[in-house]
Amino acid sequence: MSERQTNTLDTPDNSDTSDQRSTHKADAAATADSLRTDANPDKTSLTRTPTVELKDFADTARAGQAPPPPRPATKLQLVSRSTQIKEASLASLFFLCAFFAVLGVMLIFAFVAWRAFPITHEIGLWNFLTGTKWSVAEGTFGAVPFIVGSLVMTGGSLVFGVPLAVLTAVFMSEVASPRANKIIRPAVELLAGIPSVVVGFFGVVVIVPIVANLVGGAGFGPLTGWIVLSIMIMPTITTLSEDALNSIPMGIREASYAMGATKWQTIWKVVIPAAKLGIIDASILGMGRAIGETMAVLMVVGNAPQIFAGISAPISTMTSQIVLEMGYSSGVHRTALFGLGAILFLISMSLVLTVRLLSREHRKKTRKVKKGNTA
Amino acid sequence: MSKSLHQNSNSDQLANSAQATSEGRTTGMQVLRQLQEEHRQSESGLGKAHFYNRVALGVLWGATGITIGLLAIILIYVIVNGIGVITPEFIFTWPRGVNAEGGIWPTIIATLYSTGLAMAIATPIAVLAAVYLAEYAKQGKIVKTIRFAADSLASVPSIVMGLFALAFFVETLHIPLSMLAAALGLSLLMLPIIMRATEEAIRAVPRYIRWGSYGMGATKWQTVSRVVIPTATPRIITGLILALARAIGETAVVFYTMGIAINMPIVPIDSGRSMSVHLYLMAVEGINLPAAYGTAFLLLVIILVLNLSARWISKRYSRIDGA
Repeated sequence: MSERQTNTLDTPDNSDTSDQRSTHKADAAATADSLRTDANPDKTSLTRTPTVELKDFADTARAGQAPPPPRPATKLQLVSRSTQIKEASLASLFFLCAFFAVLGVMLIFAFVAWRAFPITHEIGLWNFLTGTKWSVAEGTFGAVPFIVGSLVMTGGSLVFGVPLAVLTAVFMSEVASPRANKIIRPAVELLAGIPSVVVGFFGVVVIVPIVANLVGGAGFGPLTGWIVLSIMIMPTITTLSEDALNSIPMGIREASYAMGATKWQTIWKVVIPAAKLGIIDASILGMGRAIGETMAVLMVVGNAPQIFAGISAPISTMTSQIVLEMGYSSGVHRTALFGLGAILFLISMSLVLTVRLLSREHRKKTRKVKKGNTA
Repeated sequence: MSKSLHQNSNSDQLANSAQATSEGRTTGMQVLRQLQEEHRQSESGLGKAHFYNRVALGVLWGATGITIGLLAIILIYVIVNGIGVITPEFIFTWPRGVNAEGGIWPTIIATLYSTGLAMAIATPIAVLAAVYLAEYAKQGKIVKTIRFAADSLASVPSIVMGLFALAFFVETLHIPLSMLAAALGLSLLMLPIIMRATEEAIRAVPRYIRWGSYGMGATKWQTVSRVVIPTATPRIITGLILALARAIGETAVVFYTMGIAINMPIVPIDSGRSMSVHLYLMAVEGINLPAAYGTAFLLLVIILVLNLSARWISKRYSRIDGA
């Protein structure tokens, strides 16, 4: 490995070697102290930092020895112009790749918004956002049934899913032995890995008949959707909450036990409040998953474009409506579907933003607490 | 369902409350605590806290039991109903008639084709992006923006991703409904997952290894390409596998980018129907439930194998790391 490296490092031509070496020497003499005390944070010098230090080191070493060996000097000629250009171009290539993510998000928003934009004059933004009737035949497109549907589905699944997920996370981090966690953690991860279409299929063949027996009707509707959706979002919330709980220092638990608290008192009054923000974050991200969840919901909610009318009356959500009707849509209809997509995009973005702001707030607070402690 | 869930949790509570306390003792939750407990029980009134403790721990056991139970039920149900359908004929033949008979071979190929292609597109970009974030970038506004964008990309609902892929790749760039269009959509889905995994992997590489490399006079790129990335490879592969598993199960993205007609894809601009879409259509049409069970089974098996191999790789790696 090292041999290969030095070999490739030998490349620079000798013509500018002496010239560069002298500049390097002067450089090294001037900046050796500052470099050693703290590495220059400037990026261009970062690539040079090891060079300069090494040359400096090699020079002093050579000064100690009687016959100066000439080879190391050429070997240490690291940053020739061509190398520097190569390094810089690679760095900008990487930046470009990283920028791809930004580009992706902007493109997604731009295209969905662009396709949805004609709403403003074909339907009217206000009519679209407040219209309660969606009828392809009549050409009226109001998004309210689906917005309400998505909110109902999300809210219900959070009511089912969050307690289950948080309790599981608490169990994993506070109660379970390491051996039990060896089974539980992979199980939760596997549950997260099950494709939504498989969960939806399971919902259709197993949960729908059960719900039909329990509450009557065909079994397609919000109640079935809630159960299916909470299965979908639970692993996300569990994993993230467990991370939050595990990051709570052991000391505060021990302090609680030392004061005679039971395990549950410690969990309820100390650990959960301390991890509150992480758990809220996890729930918000779970909420994002629930709103965006498509196939599983599509397969079990019944897909009728009507406003929520009870736990067994079929409804439809933004996601399911898009999948259902995109195939044969055209004109205004299509625009309206893209409008639903744009709403979904904005909701998911704002949820990510909320998490971000919450954690920033949290960081500020903890910094204050730390300052207070030291003061 | 909810009723049965409740019953389940109650019986779990009863069965497990005894276990919970014994667990607490054996895990060594301090002799002190045990003494305190005895002390508390001797005093009147404080037994209440102890009672609540037992009940609450039982609830925790119950919740975890439900979670594991859900996974077990789904797995067992799909496996029991699906395994009988799986024959070489089911895997390796085409569907016949109105898809009421025959196998699912073209859908398997379409799924592997599109996800493989997506991986080939997403991996280089995502890995290099992560290299930039972890090694090159100055921690500042740009990095924050990129990370925020990656987070947002990860949380974009998959159907919105599908809409975008339809509007951009198919209708604007005029790529036909095909493996390629689906792969481009899927690669957007995989990008943030691979990026996150790679960045974590790179950050987990100890600093002194880098210093060693710099100390021998290597440039940044030499250090990154020959020291950092090889060291981080097992974890990067784990991330790749998880992203692949995610993409294989994805339905909404490929629904309007790959086409839904059954077709055997040869070149990237051929259309086809993925396994997940096939499963959806079979389940909704209801004409061939056995095929739906079989497809669900195969999907689950593929994803289980991928997940388990990811676990295996990371475990193996951590063992090497620890030694």
